[in-house]
Amino acid sequence: MSNAITDIYSVLWPELRFLRRHWLSILATSLVSPVLYLVAFGYGLGNNLTVEGVSYIAFIIPGIVALTSMTVSFGGAAMKLNVDRLYYKSFDEFLMSPISHSSIVVGKALLGVVRGLLSCGAIIVMGVFISPQLIIDPLFILSLLVSCLAFSFFGVFAALVVNSHQSMSTFNSLVMLPMTFLCGTFFALSQVPEAVRMVLYVLPLTQSSECIRSAALGEHFPWISLIALVGFGAIFYFASMYKLKKSSI
Amino acid sequence: MDDLITIDRLTKNYGKVEAVKELDLKVRRGEIFGFLGPNGAGKTTTMRVMTTLTKPNSGRVSIDGLDVVKEGERVKELIGVVQQHLSLDRDLSIRENMVLHARLHRMRSTERENRIRELIEYAGLSEHADKMVDVLSGGMKKRATIMCALLHRPQLLFLDEPTVGLDAQTRRRMWDLVRRLNSDGTTIFLTTHYIEEAQALCDRVGIIDHGRLIALGSPLELRQKLGMVAVEMQGDNNGTRYQYFSDRAGATRFVQDIASQDQTIIIRESNLEDVFVELTGQKVGDA
Repeated sequence: MSNAITDIYSVLWPELRFLRRHWLSILATSLVSPVLYLVAFGYGLGNNLTVEGVSYIAFIIPGIVALTSMTVSFGGAAMKLNVDRLYYKSFDEFLMSPISHSSIVVGKALLGVVRGLLSCGAIIVMGVFISPQLIIDPLFILSLLVSCLAFSFFGVFAALVVNSHQSMSTFNSLVMLPMTFLCGTFFALSQVPEAVRMVLYVLPLTQSSECIRSAALGEHFPWISLIALVGFGAIFYFASMYKLKKSSI
Repeated sequence: MDDLITIDRLTKNYGKVEAVKELDLKVRRGEIFGFLGPNGAGKTTTMRVMTTLTKPNSGRVSIDGLDVVKEGERVKELIGVVQQHLSLDRDLSIRENMVLHARLHRMRSTERENRIRELIEYAGLSEHADKMVDVLSGGMKKRATIMCALLHRPQLLFLDEPTVGLDAQTRRRMWDLVRRLNSDGTTIFLTTHYIEEAQALCDRVGIIDHGRLIALGSPLELRQKLGMVAVEMQGDNNGTRYQYFSDRAGATRFVQDIASQDQTIIIRESNLEDVFVELTGQKVGDA
């Protein structure tokens, strides 16, 4: 077990070195979209709105945290791995080392988690300042952590599957972008028709939004959504392992 | 001398394309072995299987008696790999890249620090060790890549096109480094497009074409099979033609018989490139 932890840290180590050197620019870049969403949707469109009994700004902040956990964790894990695998080929160095595939997958995913937590942390600080009624308790932290981990494994899987940078961009447009706007981040799912809601519940960002928002607003916590999110993470982890084992030794 | 690499009926397909077909090959411990072949001949695929990056469809590859598929983790401890492309992390310095490689090979911190210092000096990179990869010259990057591959003291070093893109002087320095590594006990398996490199460095050479091994032996043995003397006939409408002879007397007699003012005829010693061209039907530069 301690060997596995050391191996995972070894995979993560170069990324932490990079992060330590460039944390400010990475943080600033990853905050542009969420801050724009907050300003445009929170203040621009929904300044005087209430949704499900709370102000729209209080409603939207947990959604934006969930959204940031998805985009930053996914991108943080996927982009560098995609470039290292397809362009620089430096990912081969990991595959040719004696450490296990599972340590490689977890280590690469943890990069997404670290970046996701960093960006979400900044949003949370802003959010608590804007809307003091938000509750940041262990359940909120747990939901955020699971969300970052699930989307990081998703990012690792996507980076292992796509065979060009163009495909990665297409994947972002076809999968990530629709989730950004459809998964209850900016509106309550109770407002959409039953059939559509059923479809949206299949998507991981919906589960993430449900968990993080319920914890932040002190509502009844949807444990089933948290379990579903864990399930998504597990599926992407095992899919990544399968992809690695199928091709390399 | 015992065999360090044994390849037995190795076959690898990509879809319907047979990249390697029932390849048999043995590489001896302690030698510098050159693996030549045109593009698409199966060199890279064979090397990817040996270095655990690709699974074979059938056949067996063993390194020091260990099956690369069944005992991949132990095989990875025995081999060092320098790929054709630069596989260093560009976001790190040379020293940090070496630390990463040492970590991936589970070296303890004290051993790691000592070994990195030793190899940085060995490669003459002491002044550049803390510079970021991107500011270094091509030769320095290549030397750093080789040092990374040597960190865990591999018995067998794979070099894929080790001097591609380097100038002539740097290439010669790289050859000296490869010879020094070999004399220190490391078996070298190298692929190259530079035929003079194989001739200068390799104890034995294998030539692969269409996934099959078509020649194996020392550069001298392969030249002897073809003929030690080459007659090069230039200026003919059919392009340059070649004829090979076991000795200079035979070549001279041939030239006297066909002498013509329309042709420039050169008698010279044959080389490994002649062997390659005759066997594969293409010049190495075209491959």
